[in-house]
Amino acid sequence: MSREDSLVTTEWAEQNLSTPGLVFVEVDEDTAAYDTGHLPGAVKINWKTELQDQVRRDFVDRAGLEKLLSAKGISNDDTVVLYGGNNNWFAAYAYWYFKLYGHQDVKLIDGGRKKWELDGRALVTDVPERVETTYTAKDQDLSIRALRDEVIAAIGQQNLVDVRSPDEFSGKLFAPAHLPQEAAQRAGHIPTALNVPWSKAANEDGTFRSDAELTELYSSVGLQDDKDTIAYCRIGERSSHTWFVLTEILGKKNVKNYDGSWTEYGSLVGVPVEVGA
Amino acid sequence: MSCAPPEQGLDVPAGVDVDQQSVVQGKVLAGSDPVGGAFVRLLDSTGEFTAEVVTSAAGDFRFYAAPGSWTVRALSRSGNGQTNADVRVGINRLDVVLG
Repeated sequence: MSREDSLVTTEWAEQNLSTPGLVFVEVDEDTAAYDTGHLPGAVKINWKTELQDQVRRDFVDRAGLEKLLSAKGISNDDTVVLYGGNNNWFAAYAYWYFKLYGHQDVKLIDGGRKKWELDGRALVTDVPERVETTYTAKDQDLSIRALRDEVIAAIGQQNLVDVRSPDEFSGKLFAPAHLPQEAAQRAGHIPTALNVPWSKAANEDGTFRSDAELTELYSSVGLQDDKDTIAYCRIGERSSHTWFVLTEILGKKNVKNYDGSWTEYGSLVGVPVEVGA
Repeated sequence: MSCAPPEQGLDVPAGVDVDQQSVVQGKVLAGSDPVGGAFVRLLDSTGEFTAEVVTSAAGDFRFYAAPGSWTVRALSRSGNGQTNADVRVGINRLDVVLG
């Protein structure tokens, strides 16, 4: 994969809003943002109520996703063009999620909703009506999803990349600073993890940094290309952003996202935890 | 697990213990007018990004930080601006004026 295969600009998106075969999908941290205005023709997916199982802590299963995407009018042959607020955190998460269930053609709008708004491009409140489809998902591709036991086994063996802010990594904060400080039982990080905040991969306007800057970012902290990599954060959305950078922009192999992330790991009994920078 | 951005407004939400939390809140202003829809970024003492919210229609933003030195930086179509803050436990009030 490369930047050209997986990223589109806001300009390209605006020019292609009506192109057949493209479905624009907003997935936002703020699940009410879509209702206040969205890209013309875009549909909404709610990461919390539609992509997550509402009883167990897990994703909806394959049949559940098929039902969801069919109802949204998304077909297997469509190119899904994702965007969202807060620097595409949840749009990147949805990108990874679409890949997890085997959707072929997915793209992310570079800079997402923030860049679109800073550009002064139009938002509308009309909700499109799309004809229901019969979507067929694949089984989860577990080559891109890490579960807790393999994360524990990876300590000292693989690249572990903690993409949270330095204060969350060190244990000073439990959560991003726009949220009340709650969640995992313990603060800190997984031993041997490198701390490369997701934000270092993005410019202020939410677009990704250049290939050269991104390559330097991970090599400078000692990410080893001959080892597999697991990225994590608090609930797996910021680490999807980093998974996107490593896999889809830089083309690195064997990168997994640990969606359980710190809210799971930091509550496990008996696992090693490190605090401090 | 909640990760939805909380409503931005003047009253600290019920259930938030301001005796323990270090709340940083205020308005983004252009002159004396509040700017809604601005992107407000909380940067730590090294300039590293920590969090981002979008201001309410009344220009309000709020972060839950920790005691120490922080920078609040705002981006909008009508300009950018930033303010430094020495944050303590409790409610820390500051505004960001766009340049």
